[in-house]
Amino acid sequence: MVKPRSISFSKVMLVLGLLFLYLPMFVLIVYSFNASRLVSVWAGFSTHWYGELFRDEQILSAVWMSLRIAFYSASMAVCLGTLCAFAITRFKKMRGRTLLVSMITAPLVMPEVITGLSLLLLFVQMAQTIGWPVDRGMATIWIAHTTFCSAYVAVVVSARLQEVDRSIEEAAMDLGCTPLKTFFVITLPVIAPALVSGWLLAFTLSLDDLVIASFVSGPGATTLPMVVFSSVRMGVSPKINALATLIILAVSLIAFIAWYLMRRAERKRLQTPDA
Amino acid sequence: MRRKLLPATLTEPVRSVLFNRRVVFGIPFLWLLLFFLLPFALVLKISLTSAVMAIPPYEPVFRWVDNTLSVMVNIGNYLFLLSDSLYFAAYWGSVKTAFLATVVCLLIGYPMAYAMARAPKHWQLVLLLMVMLPSWTSFLIRVYAWMGILGNQGLLNSFLMWLGLIDQPLKMLNTNFAVVLGIVYAYLPFMVLPIYTNLVKLDVRLLEAASDLGCRSLTTFWAITLPLSKAGILAGSMLVFIPAVGEFVIPELLGGPDTLMIGKVLWEEFFNNRDWPVASALAIAMLLLLLVPILLFHRFQAREMEKRG
Repeated sequence: MVKPRSISFSKVMLVLGLLFLYLPMFVLIVYSFNASRLVSVWAGFSTHWYGELFRDEQILSAVWMSLRIAFYSASMAVCLGTLCAFAITRFKKMRGRTLLVSMITAPLVMPEVITGLSLLLLFVQMAQTIGWPVDRGMATIWIAHTTFCSAYVAVVVSARLQEVDRSIEEAAMDLGCTPLKTFFVITLPVIAPALVSGWLLAFTLSLDDLVIASFVSGPGATTLPMVVFSSVRMGVSPKINALATLIILAVSLIAFIAWYLMRRAERKRLQTPDA
Repeated sequence: MRRKLLPATLTEPVRSVLFNRRVVFGIPFLWLLLFFLLPFALVLKISLTSAVMAIPPYEPVFRWVDNTLSVMVNIGNYLFLLSDSLYFAAYWGSVKTAFLATVVCLLIGYPMAYAMARAPKHWQLVLLLMVMLPSWTSFLIRVYAWMGILGNQGLLNSFLMWLGLIDQPLKMLNTNFAVVLGIVYAYLPFMVLPIYTNLVKLDVRLLEAASDLGCRSLTTFWAITLPLSKAGILAGSMLVFIPAVGEFVIPELLGGPDTLMIGKVLWEEFFNNRDWPVASALAIAMLLLLLVPILLFHRFQAREMEKRG
């Protein structure tokens, strides 16, 4: 082993980098409890802004809208992304495979303004040609989010699928299992953690999207990022600080649970002698 | 699936495998064809029309006139983009800003990834989660956090004045500096992750061999570690550079009136001027600009998804 020095340049950078990532969020949390409107003045501890937040009808209904869209998008994206991951990792000689790989990796980096604009034009064209969608709103946002979230799910699931021991699947099929049953009995339990993390990732992506939703939404559907954006455009708002604090807390809690479960699984795996 | 000889009774499952394969492949394929590829064709089409005051606000390309199909193509939008220096400046500004932010991300992200990959195993998972966690919270809110910090009456200015280093607030918000800072902050995790994944797979024996043969640690780094982590650096850079070029939220919230970025210009053409054809032409031009980086990223990602298998 290369002898590690106790304090190295890279370690210092890691600490500084993490501070850089976390300090601004920490500032938001602290100032959400500030009684004053101004960032530069500390007027004492207060939970006033949380009360304001929970009385804001517009924000509350936007939260509900965003949560529903995120739930549906993440669920559909897990189905599509998993099928996609299967097709890519298992059917090596299928025609059109290269095109599928391109179409699933491109959304990972595609600038949002382009994706949003192109989908809007599609929906407008569809409304002209087949008469659907009449009004843009939840359904069109759902389609848009499902499409780009599937790409992330496909990456997460295909990484896991590559590690699945194919001989167990083959054994099951040799013993008379249909491919569908093999999938549900053997493959699904193995890739389940990837499906869960893919779903969570898709959920946060959908919850967070402003640009694509702004393009494909109509007057009827306002998501949380749209409300936040139009409010912060005017400048710093303590109500948004309170909202940010709640979001950061929720995400940290879920991340902590994920970490705990992963650590427990790891320990269990180490204890099994022949694993 | 492996080909093998099967007894006659098993032909039924075999047929269902074939059927399943088409379905498994076909569903995502058709979905992406319809909702990802086809829209680009439409963007191309609309970019060749001219704007009119109507719903939708562009003229049709194909029209039936006296039972013949007439095709109206208008390259005026592209000529307009070329003639107005604003658009060229916006492209140049985007590329410059995105490139600068990518370099800064790499300079901060590489040492971070390196330290993570060298950390004890039980620490790695925690550090990994810590780097990823900010990206799971809201992007919008993380950008917004800097508005409170960088503003004239913001935290940083108040702090510097309290220290007595400055007596006038520095103008930091609504500058290009703030935009680069915002991009670095928002995209740093996307740089760290691919490099970390790459470095953690690095064969430690190579480094041991180098040090046994008398290589100094810095020489080992330049000669072995850095070249072997090329793929991670490339993937991370593309993950930062490509979305940053088209970024809208960051220049809108942190940038000033002189911040010209193509994503913001496209947004304004679309939402404020309601000129869909010009917005489409801008999108096509942006895609052309990003074609090489996207292909580079695609090659890397396709290899990642096919490995082992």
